[in-house]
Amino acid sequence: MASQHFCTFLLDGYLFGVPVPQVQEVIRLHDMTPVPLAPAAVEGLINLRGEIVLAIDLRRRLGLPRRTEGTLPINVVMRTDEGAVSLLVDEIGEVIEVSESSFEAPPNTLHGAVRSLILGVYKLEGSLLHALDIVNACQVPATTEAMAVER
Amino acid sequence: MDDIVKEFLIESGENLDRLDQELVKLESEPSSKELLASVFRTIHTIKGSCGFLGFARLEKLTHAGENLLSRLRDGKLALNAEITSGLLAMVDAVRRMLTAIQASGEDGEEDYATLIGRLAGLQDEVAGESPAAASGPVPDVLLALQPAAEPPNAARNAVEKKEDLSSKPSSSRAASKPRSKRKLAESSPDPSKIGGVLVERGHVRPEDLALALEMQEKGRQKVGEILVAHGAASPEDVLAAQQTVELRKADAAGETIRVGLTLLDRLMNLVGELVLARNQLLQFSSTTPDPRFQAVSQRMNLIATELQEEVMKTRMQPIGNIWNKFPRTVRDLALGCGKQVRLEMEGQDIELDRTIVEAIKDPLTHLVRNAIDHGIEDPEARRRAGKDPTGILTLRAFHEGGQVNLEIGDDGAGLNSGRIRQKAIERGLITAQQAALMPDRDIFHLIFLPGFSTADKVTKVSGRGVGMDVVKTNVEKIGGAVDVESTPGQGTTVRVRIPLTLTIIPALIATCGGERFAIPQVSLLELVRLDSDERGKGIELIHGAPVYRLRGRLLPLVYLDRELGIRDKAGNSACSTAVNIVVLQTEARPFGLIVDEINDTQEIVVKPLGRQLKGINAYSGATIMGDGRVALILDVLGLAQKARVIAEAHAPALDAGRSQAGTPGDSGERALLLAENGVEGRVAIPLAMVARLEEFPQSVVEHAGTREVMQYRGQIIPLLRLSEIIPATRDADMQAKSIQVVVYSEGARTVGLIVDRIVDIVEDHATVDPLTSRPGVVGSFVSQNRVTDLLDLAAIVRAAVPGLMDGAGSQAGGI
Repeated sequence: MASQHFCTFLLDGYLFGVPVPQVQEVIRLHDMTPVPLAPAAVEGLINLRGEIVLAIDLRRRLGLPRRTEGTLPINVVMRTDEGAVSLLVDEIGEVIEVSESSFEAPPNTLHGAVRSLILGVYKLEGSLLHALDIVNACQVPATTEAMAVER
Repeated sequence: MDDIVKEFLIESGENLDRLDQELVKLESEPSSKELLASVFRTIHTIKGSCGFLGFARLEKLTHAGENLLSRLRDGKLALNAEITSGLLAMVDAVRRMLTAIQASGEDGEEDYATLIGRLAGLQDEVAGESPAAASGPVPDVLLALQPAAEPPNAARNAVEKKEDLSSKPSSSRAASKPRSKRKLAESSPDPSKIGGVLVERGHVRPEDLALALEMQEKGRQKVGEILVAHGAASPEDVLAAQQTVELRKADAAGETIRVGLTLLDRLMNLVGELVLARNQLLQFSSTTPDPRFQAVSQRMNLIATELQEEVMKTRMQPIGNIWNKFPRTVRDLALGCGKQVRLEMEGQDIELDRTIVEAIKDPLTHLVRNAIDHGIEDPEARRRAGKDPTGILTLRAFHEGGQVNLEIGDDGAGLNSGRIRQKAIERGLITAQQAALMPDRDIFHLIFLPGFSTADKVTKVSGRGVGMDVVKTNVEKIGGAVDVESTPGQGTTVRVRIPLTLTIIPALIATCGGERFAIPQVSLLELVRLDSDERGKGIELIHGAPVYRLRGRLLPLVYLDRELGIRDKAGNSACSTAVNIVVLQTEARPFGLIVDEINDTQEIVVKPLGRQLKGINAYSGATIMGDGRVALILDVLGLAQKARVIAEAHAPALDAGRSQAGTPGDSGERALLLAENGVEGRVAIPLAMVARLEEFPQSVVEHAGTREVMQYRGQIIPLLRLSEIIPATRDADMQAKSIQVVVYSEGARTVGLIVDRIVDIVEDHATVDPLTSRPGVVGSFVSQNRVTDLLDLAAIVRAAVPGLMDGAGSQAGGI
């Protein structure tokens, strides 16, 4: 059975993952230039060795509660067709190998915007890995609807 | 795809572009054997390559073209418009096939049998006739075409044979440079030699050169030395000529390589990085006492600057790269419109940054089309006006003040200022009064307004009312400007001014809300600083819109923090002690941008923003500052539009309103003034009923008997409080220091209506529901998600000030 490697990270206690080949790098950066008038999910712009990269706060994008003040997010820089985009996450996890057989489409009970941002879940031992839909996550709609993740 | 196929595609693409030009040129110089030979060679090369690569369809088509061309070359056929069109059609077909090859690797499904038939037909049609017969005048739609070739004579045949040789690719090099001993006095100087260059530049007389060459063959001295020794040329001229020769040699020997654009862009980025690192280094070195380190930084500084200049040069392209397409465009358009046009170009070698060249391609094409379609008259009209039936379209490029000027001029009828005035009035863009006062120059500028077109008929080329405004927007997007000049009967010239490069620009760095923003220096006019004691009298309000009197003229002000919505984060900017106004130029009108602090000016490297942020329209890009942080580059034009949307809609709308004084119907769009009545009440007044909006201090209110009045423009006008006429649910703050007055005029009488707050001006087409109708209120509708009462201003005024409007009432009705 086919398997692939996922780079995992935590967001408000949930385990998310993106396929390793799509990750350019993981970096902790403090300098962020806010972009006034930008959609709510846009955290700002960062200077990634001379390249200007848009940073999207995944918590806001997914409608999760705000990060507590003072905690520094981590930039997971993704390769996309339109250049690099940084996704801000709480904490970076391990790279894990998951088998396709453990994959399941998102349950019908999952609704709201999160449905369009999650491809599905991988059933791991003791936890669920949410596979992020990178293409959609890197888009920023003008208004990010608040949405609930079923606990 | 194979490299060899790729190479073939690139080369053929270039060849086809050249074919277009050469064919059009050939049409006007049909006797030029050189051109014909070159055209033939190009087709032959393509044919040869595609045979070799196995593109049979392409080969078949080019073969048909080659056959036709060979008959032309042999003088068995004379070129006419029909043949040229046929050949151009073939070029287009080849281009389509090349596109297909690029996409799929195959030369497409279509076999172009009709076209091949047409080419063959062209070849046969006249084949029987003698060239003399074929030289009869071709259709009169020809552009600037001299009658076709005269019959060949013996001398020309001789030349032809020579050309025949050179047209074979294998021997072309050898044939073009006969190495045999030549008769010096007769031969024209070889431009690939120093002597030739000197003669070409007029530094040396041909006789002197001939003598010097003779001496060179006898002795060991070089031509240049001989010329200098005999005082026939100055050493500087010889040196310059030598450099030119070396350059030409480099060209001829193919000392150029193809480099991918992405690689160049990457290089440019890296140089940008280097410039930033250099800036940081210099900052650091000034604080370090070590002289060795300072010396190294200084050298580094020089090298980085030079490198930056050189790399920028690699991105430069001559404007000719776009212009080269125009001869063909002009030919086709002129044929299509039945006009005769000669294209004259000047300054093709002026170079511009690649991105700019790309950006102005479409606007320029549009201007060329316009000039032919609307500018140049048809031959009959030109003859009647006493002009040459062939119109002249001039493209000119030249440097001026660090910018490039492009001029697109025609010698046509010129802009009709009367018709533009009339159209502008019809469209409500200006009033009749304004039109009468406006100088022609300003009138001409109206053609750049959206939706403006005076073309009597819409042609397939232009006249749909989109166009000139798009040209203007596109040019302004890259920091350029458009101007138009026109003289009736003599023609129109559109002038486009554009910057040389976009990637590294000088910019002013300003701070607002704790963040730095870069403002491109091109738009910067001046900086004004108002100290805390000055600011009170400096900034005034015109119904809520802040303005500043800059040397007696009103300068509209825009608060950057408000525009960007960052006021809250940074605290109120009003608490800062001084006001910094950055005066910026947009279009014809300057405006002032208020920022917290002005830092300095520096060269910044412009980096594009991702697609996700494209919609904001307030930024033109971002850059990295010396400390490594990102700063946004303000899009001055976008900001101006954002801030002035309302301001710009105001003035004409108010004026138009006054001239109409009509009744806006319930259907269709109408402009409405929204105001607050009390805290929760919303009312709307048709803008057409509003003469002016004013804001006054509370103290202007005086009393005449029990009535509130004020002095206004030399009149005493009654004041009405809307909250007393239409009772509001809750009174707004009555302690406000100023009052907002909607001025309503009927005939000579004027009344002021005090509202609690003016909210906005909107275009609305909502249907009014008469359910809530009551005295003074026509009904209600929903605007901006709020239930809004539509006021019957005329009725309110009549009820409140009976008798006042009598005699004026006939002019304006109610709603």
